[in-house]
Amino acid sequence: MPESAPILEVHNLVKQYPSVTAVDGVSFAVPEGTCFGLLGPNGAGKTTTIEIMEGILPPTAGEVRYRGERVGARFREDAGILFQKTALQDFLSVRQSVALFRGLYQRGLDVDEVLRICALEKLAQRDNRKLSGGQQQRLLLAIALVNDPKVLFLDEPTTGLDPQARRNFWELVESIKARRKTIILTTHYMEEAQLLCDEIAIMDHGHIIAQGAPQQLLREHFAEVLLELPRQEFPEGARHLPFKLIDASDRVEISTHDLDGTLRALIDAHVPLRNLRIRPANLEDLFLELTGKELRA
Amino acid sequence: MMRRLLSVWHARNLEFLRDRPTLLFTLLLPIGLVIGMGFIFGGPPRPLFTVGLLGTSRATAADPFLRERRYVQFVPIHDEAAGRSEVTHQEIDLLLDLRGAARYWVNTDSPKGYIVEKLLIAADPGARRQPVTGQAIPYVNWLFPGILAMNMMFSCLFGVGYVVLRYRKSGFLKRLHATPLTAFEFLTAQVLSRLSLILFVTIVLYVGIGAIIHFHSVGSIALLLLLAVIGSLSMIALGLTIAARVASEEVVGGLLNLLTWPMMLLSGVWYSIEGSPRWVQWVAEILPLTQVIEAARAVMLDGAGIQKIIPNLVYLAVTTLVFLGFGAWSFRWRVD
Repeated sequence: MPESAPILEVHNLVKQYPSVTAVDGVSFAVPEGTCFGLLGPNGAGKTTTIEIMEGILPPTAGEVRYRGERVGARFREDAGILFQKTALQDFLSVRQSVALFRGLYQRGLDVDEVLRICALEKLAQRDNRKLSGGQQQRLLLAIALVNDPKVLFLDEPTTGLDPQARRNFWELVESIKARRKTIILTTHYMEEAQLLCDEIAIMDHGHIIAQGAPQQLLREHFAEVLLELPRQEFPEGARHLPFKLIDASDRVEISTHDLDGTLRALIDAHVPLRNLRIRPANLEDLFLELTGKELRA
Repeated sequence: MMRRLLSVWHARNLEFLRDRPTLLFTLLLPIGLVIGMGFIFGGPPRPLFTVGLLGTSRATAADPFLRERRYVQFVPIHDEAAGRSEVTHQEIDLLLDLRGAARYWVNTDSPKGYIVEKLLIAADPGARRQPVTGQAIPYVNWLFPGILAMNMMFSCLFGVGYVVLRYRKSGFLKRLHATPLTAFEFLTAQVLSRLSLILFVTIVLYVGIGAIIHFHSVGSIALLLLLAVIGSLSMIALGLTIAARVASEEVVGGLLNLLTWPMMLLSGVWYSIEGSPRWVQWVAEILPLTQVIEAARAVMLDGAGIQKIIPNLVYLAVTTLVFLGFGAWSFRWRVD
């Protein structure tokens, strides 16, 4: 992970609603030029945290600092934001939509340049309501980039996209990363986080329950390999075996250092192995390990 | 299918019943309208003649005439020039001055003036006659300024109110909030956008309808344009105030109806409310549309200059600032 001064600092953030505490004492710092991921299931407090950072929601307590100052006018000029859901003004073309937002900033990129970065040149004259899901997200990303932001917030940017559109979007984000932009990303796609993020914070019930570089976190929590077996094929009698068992919705996972010994023990216990899968641990496993829940539950 | 239909029907009923402001408007608006219409149009049948009175009533030879309330409606007039103008345009049938020796103005071109004069002379043969002449203003000409102003009102209130609400509900306002754009800038842009649209439409209507009914403004067109600008600004600002923070179509619709119906009925679009109870006239004077229509008629029909309509312009300018200030203060970018 690149070492540099934090561009954003979040101190003891709390957001309380009448019936729920959405964010409960969250603190972290984001170094400049990195991609920081906030991970967690729906309702974990990711979007509330990111919207407080964006200055859209006021916190109940705590503060967010941008380059050492409280978030203010300078931050608004420097930040690019892609919300989870955004409607644009009706009856505008793609180019006109980008131009509308370009006009709201003092400095930024040329509209054609933004359209080129987001591969929207051929769609420039199309009505913004007549775009596919992936095209719509690229347009919203173009709008987020229109001020050539120092910090880019992407709140679940690929939710609802098909796998191809998602991969295209990731390529776009990687090209933006290559321009040394700081990116704050919320997602519940582990593949996305592993691919794009230099550092992640896993949230649950408004708290950060783990934070660090993805590989570092995986090394800390999983020195082992994982064996997956369908739950219905795993006999109850085998639960006494001296393994670290993790119950997922449709499978049982065994975490082990000794692959040969574990396989022998399973065979001895007459556990059917025809649907056995062996793989390294990923962030999904980490979340399951930390919370006992699956990330996309 | 019926089950799905009933489920949706039930859920919508619950939603409606739990939305207290909407429920309140839905119930209170028709009640208010019925009571209001009753006050305005209720009571005994309308008299045949309208006589303006200058000065307070005291013991005079005209007393028997003044007691004739079955067929004559007496309307207090505070400004002699305005009263004379109304006689000239046959808006009233006779103007009686009781401030000194009784004298009266009657339009010699008016058949109703001729008859009501006979009634007065029968009671007070010594009353001094001041004849004036002038054709009655055709109703369509009298109506024209009111129609233009009413169209402006609808465009200002509904055009701005619902658009801002839609932006808020769709999340577009939230997206704008994430940019350096301020609430004041956004509101000002909305005001200016709507103002230019309204001016364009009003000019087209003025020219188009004017050509059809052969209408020519007696007064200055530039002054009319100034009035249209300030009047539109006041009503756009009122629309923004309504939409500043509300996130429910029903509430915005209710509030807009609550404003537009009284304006339509009380601002003198369709008829003069001179004969209405004092409190109705007082309420009417508060409404921006009344100020616009009064001033527009004064300019278009009587050729009034800026001195005559300056109170209307000042009132509209002040309400613009008040509404805009309140709108900016209470503005919300997002649905809470």
